[in-house]
Order: sequence, then C-alpha cells, then structure tokens
Amino acid sequence: MSLLSVRDLTVKFAMRDETVTALNQISFDLAKGERLGIVGESGAGKSITGFSLMNLISRPGFIDQGQILFDGDDVARMSDKELRTMRGNRMAMIFQDPMVTLNPVLTIGQQMVETLRAHRKLSRAEAEQIAIVKLREVYIPSPEERMNQYPHELSGGMRQRIIIAMALLLDPQLIIADEPTTALDVTIQADIMELLLELCQSNKVGLILITHDLGVVSQMTERTLVMYAGRIIEAGKTREIINDPQHPYTQGLINALPQQTLPGHKLKQIPGAMPSLTAIPAGCPFSPRCQYAVDHCRSTLPEVVQYAGVEVACHEVNRLHNDRLEQSA
Amino acid sequence: MKDMTQTRPLLELKGLEKRFDLDQGVLETVKLRGGKIVREQRSVHAVNNVTLEVDRGEALCVVGESGCGKSTVARLVAGLLTPSAGEIHYDGQRIDDCSRKELLPLRKKMQMIFQNPYASLNPRMTIQQALEEPVHHHNPSMTRAEVHEKVIEVMQSVGVDPLWASRYPHEFSGGQRQRIAIARALTVDPEFIIADEPISALDVSIQAQVLNLMLDAKEDRGLTYLFITHDLSVVEHFGSKVVVLYLGAICEMADTATLFASPKHPYTKALLSAVPQLKDDKPNHIRLKGEIPTPINLPTGCPFHTRCPAANNRCLAEKPRPIQQTDGSTVACHGVEEGRL
Repeated sequence: MSLLSVRDLTVKFAMRDETVTALNQISFDLAKGERLGIVGESGAGKSITGFSLMNLISRPGFIDQGQILFDGDDVARMSDKELRTMRGNRMAMIFQDPMVTLNPVLTIGQQMVETLRAHRKLSRAEAEQIAIVKLREVYIPSPEERMNQYPHELSGGMRQRIIIAMALLLDPQLIIADEPTTALDVTIQADIMELLLELCQSNKVGLILITHDLGVVSQMTERTLVMYAGRIIEAGKTREIINDPQHPYTQGLINALPQQTLPGHKLKQIPGAMPSLTAIPAGCPFSPRCQYAVDHCRSTLPEVVQYAGVEVACHEVNRLHNDRLEQSA
Repeated sequence: MKDMTQTRPLLELKGLEKRFDLDQGVLETVKLRGGKIVREQRSVHAVNNVTLEVDRGEALCVVGESGCGKSTVARLVAGLLTPSAGEIHYDGQRIDDCSRKELLPLRKKMQMIFQNPYASLNPRMTIQQALEEPVHHHNPSMTRAEVHEKVIEVMQSVGVDPLWASRYPHEFSGGQRQRIAIARALTVDPEFIIADEPISALDVSIQAQVLNLMLDAKEDRGLTYLFITHDLSVVEHFGSKVVVLYLGAICEMADTATLFASPKHPYTKALLSAVPQLKDDKPNHIRLKGEIPTPINLPTGCPFHTRCPAANNRCLAEKPRPIQQTDGSTVACHGVEEGRL
C-alpha cells in the first residue's frame, strides 16, 4: 500500500467576488520511502499542494473535495487534535526561509526540546540528547554549543541544516520540502541536497520536493509531477520526464533552460505567462501558449492518459510524439 | 584618435576597493578590551583590489555567491557608491571622483537594471510616465510628441503592447515588469548596461524571454554589458568573459568558453561542480568544507584558504596575485602558480 494517496484534491479560495480554484482534481501516490518532485512555475499550485497535504490551508482557502490518505487516514477530514499529533510527528515540512520556521527568541536547543516533548513523554535531558544526535546527523559542528545559540547567530546554510534536523526529530514517514534551497548559494545548496538525499535514503523517509529547479528535481527524485495552472499535466519517472517529456509545456520548460541552447544563441522561449487563477482559459489551460494547439485544445479539457510510460494531459500527445520521431529519423 | 577609442576598453577598474564602516561615529569605535579602552574600527571589506577591463561590445559576467561583493562592484561602477580606494575609468575618463553634475551626461550612456523590477518602478506612475521621465530628463529639447514616439518605439522593441501605456506597474506580471524596467533603461539609448541579477526573480520560461530580449538589445544596439549573476548556466549562455569573485577578490577571470572548459581555481571548480545538472545522474560534486567567512574579518593570505581542499602554509600567509595563464585566463591561486593544481 502506498504511504500517501491523494485523490481528486480540489482546493479553492473564496475571494470577495468569486471563488477561484487553486488546485483542480489533483491525484497522485507516494510509496514508502519514495522521493517525488513537484515542479512548475510560480502560480502553478506547487506550494498549495504541499500545504494541503498537511491540511495547512487556512481561510479564505479551503479543501473543497478529494481525499488525502496518509497511511490510511484522511488528512482532509482530521480534527484539529488529530492534525496536531500528525504534523511534525508523522509528516514534517521544510520551508524556503529557515528564519520563518525558527523562533528568533528561543535557542536552537529550546525549540528542539519543545518539539520533542510536545509529542513524546521524555525528560528534558533525554530530549536534549536526542536533539544533539540529530544535529550531529546533519553535520552541525560542535552541536552541544549550537544548542545554546539563537537562530540569528548562525549562517543561512547552518540554519537550513537545523531545520532538516528538526524535521527529522520525530522520525517522520514523510518530509515535504518547499523550495528548501532556493534562498541558498549553489555550493551550500549542493551540500544541503546531498544531505537531504542521504538522510531520506538511510532513514527510509519519503520526500516530496517542491521546486522550480529542474536540475534539482533531476538529481534528487525518482518520480516527478509537472504542474500548470493548478493541475498536474505530466507525471512519471523523473528520468523519463527529463529525457523525453511528452507534454509541450514540460518540453518548453526544459528547452528554455540556457544549457539547452548553444552559448550566445537565442533561447527557446515559451511565449506569454502562466494565467492568473481568476482567468484560467477554457479547454487546456496551456493552449494559449502552446504552439501545437488546435481548436479541440481550446474548447475541451484534456484527460490524463498513459502515454510512453508517463501520465500526460494533452490531446495531441500522440501526433506530437510521432512528429518528433519523424524529425529525428 | 579614432584608433584610440577602438582599442581602449570601455570600462576599466583599477585596484578598486570598498569598505563599509560598521561603527559609525567616534563613540561607537570606543571599546573595552582586556580592561583597556581602545579605539577600534570594524568594517566590511566588500570589494578588495578588483582590477578588470570591459571592452566595447562585450558581456562581462561577474559571478559569485552572496556576500562576495558582486552587487557592490555594480553599484560602484554605476556611481551609486563611492570607492574607498582605486579608480574607475569609463571610455578613458576617470569617473569615480566626478561631481553629480559631471556625471549627468554619463548617466545617459550608462544604465542599470535591478533584480526586482517592482522596486525600480514607481507604483504611482503609469508605465507611460515612468518611461517618458528619463527621456525628458536627458533630452530637454525633445518635444512631447518626440518623447512619446520614442517611448512607443522602445515599448514595441521589448514586446510590451503600447496600448498598455496608461496602466500601472502592479497590473503587469513579473516578467512584463522586468521588460518595462529594461525598456526604461533603453529609452535613453545607452551604450553600457549594468544588470544586477536581472532574471533571478523570474520563472524559467520568463527568464528565457528576458534573456532573449537582452541578447537582442545587445545585437541591435551594440550594447556592452556588466552582468551580475549567481547563475552559472546563464553566464555560460550570455557572457563573453567571466569574473569569479570570492570575498570581494577576483579568483579567476577568463573567456567564457575557456572558463567552462578548463576551470583552474579550486573555487571555480567547486562552483561549477555544484550546479545541479539536468541529464547526469551521478554528479561528482566537490564538497567544500565550511561556509564563506564574513567579510568583516578577512582571512589572512588567500581568502579561500579556509575552505580550499588544497591549501598549504603559503596560502595561509601570502595573498595570491592574479597571474596570466597560457590560455589567456587570469588566476589568483598559489596552487595553480606552483603547478600543484
């Protein structure tokens, strides 16, 4: 049985004049210890997906319909008390900016001990011992001293390591990481990603990695979801999606990267921009930007179909695939 | 004279330094140390002895991690900050000691684009007003109709519909706003653009649009760029020459192709290996120990020795000088100089 099973999840936001749909009929599964990437541009709904898995959508947003089955329990229908015992304990979340997660007026030690004792019956000394072990696991030098330091005394990379240590504190089954390294430098990013990968593998923790960086997804995850305007438009094995994307948007996203074009030449850009949630076009949401769109695309929403080993929501996937084969032949 | 302008670099930085004093005023510098009252001035050494040249038509990229002084270099060149030491020459003229009035004609030739276009566009001005202002300011003799025409022409060239001229910045998406910010820089027909992380805040598909726009402008208008970025894939694509900064000092400077084909400085190598690759499953990432030291207390010797896997006693004591290599690149590293690396 899979660890997480999301079915037809729809999240809406009640605005003053209308109700907008931020997530539209999202379905996916995550096996135990599996690493899944969610990619897309701003406004695609990646972060909302992460938040709703923890049932952290707050008003004016709400989960309109669908199921989030986490180890058999439906997170979407849990009481506040059940949510409190689940969050941070069985499922933990890592955010982009560690300063938002860390309390600036408490020492690292106080925050870690507090988290541990909120969920487990432990003495202060026992909790401190566990915290120090976890800090050592994320390669924090001299962890005993760090326990007495405040977040502002540490560098950005160090803070993000502490956040990872805190996420692992209660041995969760799943970690949701929302752009965990976007605010960090490349050399630090590479360290943190390596660490996260190593810890997930050794502790058999599932990982949902939300990012806009296809390079990161390619190196960190086994499976990938590509999101656009609140929908999953392509899903499958990361290798397959990176090497042979089927949806024109995924292709466009990969081809737009500078390393896909010879230096100095014009990049292959996707025209236009992601639609706002209040003005999602009829039919396929990508159709106004899609160079292959035909009349059918502009009127009917494409269903998710199995094609060439991936799930893809595109009417013209077969024609485009054959065209590509012809071109390369 | 004509030959002079052709061979002379457009921009020259000579031994440029910038320190920011942390203790403002005399009282703040007074401190108690071991029972004695001492005066102590702490400062951030943001840029340390940077010497470089930008030729006409070139796109010089400055890369480095946060705190390495790349934005400070951009701001020094733009005249937004005054250097603590060293000289900046633009087209043969020394500009770092100019008065505001003397700088005015230069501002028209030199324009800056920032990371966050929302911060560089006045939210209370329509796009039309925002774009007309610099034209008007630099060309007081132009009539209203001429200014208007100029603005429409530039809007079209950056792909923003002139019909939207009466809208306000918040009505545009991030990518459109950045294009408007670029349009604003282009309205005065500059020859030199300083771009400080112009695409870092944008989505991948929008990044490509803006980068293409900047490439087009380079070709059509013969622009010269000083491009500040942390994104190495953008450097490889856009830059003709690359400068790698670490703690305010140049580690390595080379033609883009040379730098990416054979990086020499251990920091450059680590930086290149850290970029997450799309295709390669198993990256051989060079792990650096520790993190960037603060620029307040600069390490003695080579600024990189605290994290360098190949540092020896000489690196701890002696600052490496930039040395020209056989392939034309300049590297400041004892290891490379001694042939150890």
